[in-house]
Amino acid sequence: MTELTSNATEEKLVQELGYDDHFHEHHDGDKFQSNFITTYVFSLDHKVIARQFLITGIFWAFIAGLMSLVFRLQLGFPEEDMAWLRPFLGKWVTLSEEGVGAISPEFYYAMVTMHGTILVFFVLTAGLSGTFSNLLIPLQLGARDMASPLLNMLSYWFFFLGGLIMFLSLFLSTGPFSGGWTAYPPLSILPQASSGSGAGMTMWSLSLVMFVVSVLLGGINYISTILNLRTKGMTLWRMPLTIWTFFITAIVGLLSFPVLASAVFLVFFDRSLGTSFFLNEINIGGEALAQSGGSPILFQHLFWFLGHPEVYIIILPAMGMVSEVLSVNSRKPIFGYKAMVFSVVAIAFLSFIVWAHHMFMSGVNPFISNFFVVFTLIIAVPSAVKVFNWIATLYKGNVRLNAASMFSIGFVSMFISGGLTGIFLGNSAIDIQMHDTYFVVAHFHIVMGVAAFFGMFAGIYHWYPKMFGRHMNKLLGNIHFWGTMISAYAVFWPMHYLGIAGVPRRYYSFDVFQTFDHFDDMNKFITIAAFAVFLFQLVFVLNFFYSIWFGKKQTKKNPYGATTLEWTTPIEAIHGNWPGKIPTVQRWAYDYSKDGTDYLPQHLPKQDFESDEVH
Amino acid sequence: MATETLQKSTTQQDAWEGGDKKPFEASYGKIMMWYFLLSDAFTFAGFLIAYAALRFSVPSWPVPDFVFSTTPFGGHHLPLIFVTFMSFVLIISSATMVRAVQEGHRENKNGVVFWMFLTIIGGAAFLGCQAWEWNNLINVEHMTLHTNPFGTHEEAGTYMEGDGVDIKEGDSFTAGEPYLIHNVDGHYHQLKYKTVDGEVKQQAFGPKTFGALFFFITGFHGFHVLSGVVFLIIIAVNSFSGLYEKRKNGYEMVEKIGLYWHFVDLVWVFVFLAFYLL
Repeated sequence: MTELTSNATEEKLVQELGYDDHFHEHHDGDKFQSNFITTYVFSLDHKVIARQFLITGIFWAFIAGLMSLVFRLQLGFPEEDMAWLRPFLGKWVTLSEEGVGAISPEFYYAMVTMHGTILVFFVLTAGLSGTFSNLLIPLQLGARDMASPLLNMLSYWFFFLGGLIMFLSLFLSTGPFSGGWTAYPPLSILPQASSGSGAGMTMWSLSLVMFVVSVLLGGINYISTILNLRTKGMTLWRMPLTIWTFFITAIVGLLSFPVLASAVFLVFFDRSLGTSFFLNEINIGGEALAQSGGSPILFQHLFWFLGHPEVYIIILPAMGMVSEVLSVNSRKPIFGYKAMVFSVVAIAFLSFIVWAHHMFMSGVNPFISNFFVVFTLIIAVPSAVKVFNWIATLYKGNVRLNAASMFSIGFVSMFISGGLTGIFLGNSAIDIQMHDTYFVVAHFHIVMGVAAFFGMFAGIYHWYPKMFGRHMNKLLGNIHFWGTMISAYAVFWPMHYLGIAGVPRRYYSFDVFQTFDHFDDMNKFITIAAFAVFLFQLVFVLNFFYSIWFGKKQTKKNPYGATTLEWTTPIEAIHGNWPGKIPTVQRWAYDYSKDGTDYLPQHLPKQDFESDEVH
Repeated sequence: MATETLQKSTTQQDAWEGGDKKPFEASYGKIMMWYFLLSDAFTFAGFLIAYAALRFSVPSWPVPDFVFSTTPFGGHHLPLIFVTFMSFVLIISSATMVRAVQEGHRENKNGVVFWMFLTIIGGAAFLGCQAWEWNNLINVEHMTLHTNPFGTHEEAGTYMEGDGVDIKEGDSFTAGEPYLIHNVDGHYHQLKYKTVDGEVKQQAFGPKTFGALFFFITGFHGFHVLSGVVFLIIIAVNSFSGLYEKRKNGYEMVEKIGLYWHFVDLVWVFVFLAFYLL
């Protein structure tokens, strides 16, 4: 059956069945990409914008990873001399009279806050969904570019601007914002609350408003591209699962980020214009604050109306990419394609009605909590459907083990481990004990931190040739996977035990709690494991940048034997994606190992020997 | 009949086939506008939910019929008359917008420009009315973001002094009656009164969040109207210059700004409901 998928057949197929949109008649000479600035900086090309998102995301992940090392040092070795950090952190490492250095508590809190904010928004939202939505939506749908390349470019630059503001806030003399990534008032409103609540918070909120603009510009683009710019024959039920998840993710983002914007606007007013939307009956230094009559709980509701869907904005694209990578690498159609789509839709819908499970201990009515418990637990159903489908896809597959597929399998493992603890936390009765302990930290880091990163790595290893025309180094990829898999579990697995024992999160030091003394060694172990995780990510960064210039060149258009359309574009990427006609789509995206063939690409018409489509 | 349904369903299916086909016959530009409006609706929903939460956390709320009873040219005790007028102007501007879009479909340049011009007048008039209302509340009645002089009596009683405007010494009032604490030369004069039990009390300020919410939400809406007017002007000028006549999709830009304009009107209906009717 090799002749079915050879290059010559492919050219012929596109020539005969392709869809002519007269694109190149209008875009002769490629005037949009004529110099360095328009090609690499203010580019309108979705493939360049995708890489901009990715590299900015890697930059931020590096910064946020370093931050975690700083606060892990404090947690693992609170009594050690930190004076050696003074050249890097300056006054944030305080010296005692004997010259023993310690990380200052303000800085510790600032690092925790920035670590959360940067990873959640800049890395796992922009870096993940921004990168791959941009790269894959036009390529897998058979579109020349996004619906509006201009808004697409603006989406990146608003993200960049938001990042720039956040970056500058790291260098304020009062430090960046330090009240937690959730920015609960009154901590985030009153400058008296902590040193980071002054200029640091102003810049934090400004940065987030820019970020919301970026998400909205990106989101409306992804949605309208998916709805209107699919190539001929690409019905919704023929779209790869990646596209489905990007589509649903964009909708979720579009409906939840504006509510974060509302909350941040109201915080702005409370901070600078003397209103009291979120302040009530506060005493500072024995004196009653004039601002009163608002509700701090209101902020939590508005925040978590974004905050909860946000975790699905992070995980859904990873799920989509994992589905695709697993299917390609086990040479089997994805198990339960429609069930996968319906469960993504169900998860997205449910994500909007579970937000108060973050607030069981905030004083919300326990009766209301019941409602949120039930819907939270129901999310386990579509999640489990997806997990079973991934495992069933692997089952009896002709599995190819490479960095991308191993990270996908690692994703499934992480998603199960972290998902199961979610069932505990979603229960308000158990949450009373677990709330704000390291159990929560372990849960969400595994299920949306590590798992989402694994999905992202799978995507990067898999689509790297599509981005740079080269392959990443295999050996380094294997080292990266096994190192990360083991050390990430080493970081977060022990945290469950800390949490069950009641060790609270967000604490600078535990020296006044004798109960927790016997966890000192465990905390040391976690810190060492965290350094190991960071080290293995350096392997990845090295591999990534080395391979851009020196990686093994992509020789075949379709190196993995994948069915989807992005592998029909030339190796040397061009503006407009296809040199001539756009291929038309004749079948769904998962015809692997069908009727004795290895794979049947999406633009191949139904062959005589084929049985009917059933899925 | 059966064939008709069948045909219809096939065309509907074709719409999702990709290629040149568009679902709901909507171009991607219009889909973008729809989804933007959907997200903007969630921003406003966030504010209105904040309004509801804060309003129901206090025992009393200023009475709209009393707060909004002044009109330009010295009108007093005319509850909601002015705001009815300005809402009417805004709704009418939506009607003129519909006509502009219709003329766009007919490719009638002059018609588009004429009806868009009327829409711009309507939007600007609404903004002017809002400016007058804000000025009256801030400079005449002295409501600010953090001080709300509009209170409501929680019990019956008799005034022990007058304010020189509406209230005279000895006037009696019942529970639920609204009042305004007058500000003279920078000082709020909270009038003394005697309750039925003979206790002497002072007029208390109304809930602080009333003013903050009012200025924030109507301000945010006003900002939408302002940006709408700016975009209307740009698109009217473009139509006048004949730019859209040359375009493949004709006057679609007029249609898109029309969607936005109707949305801003629709939001006003909810804002109006929250602050002026409930």
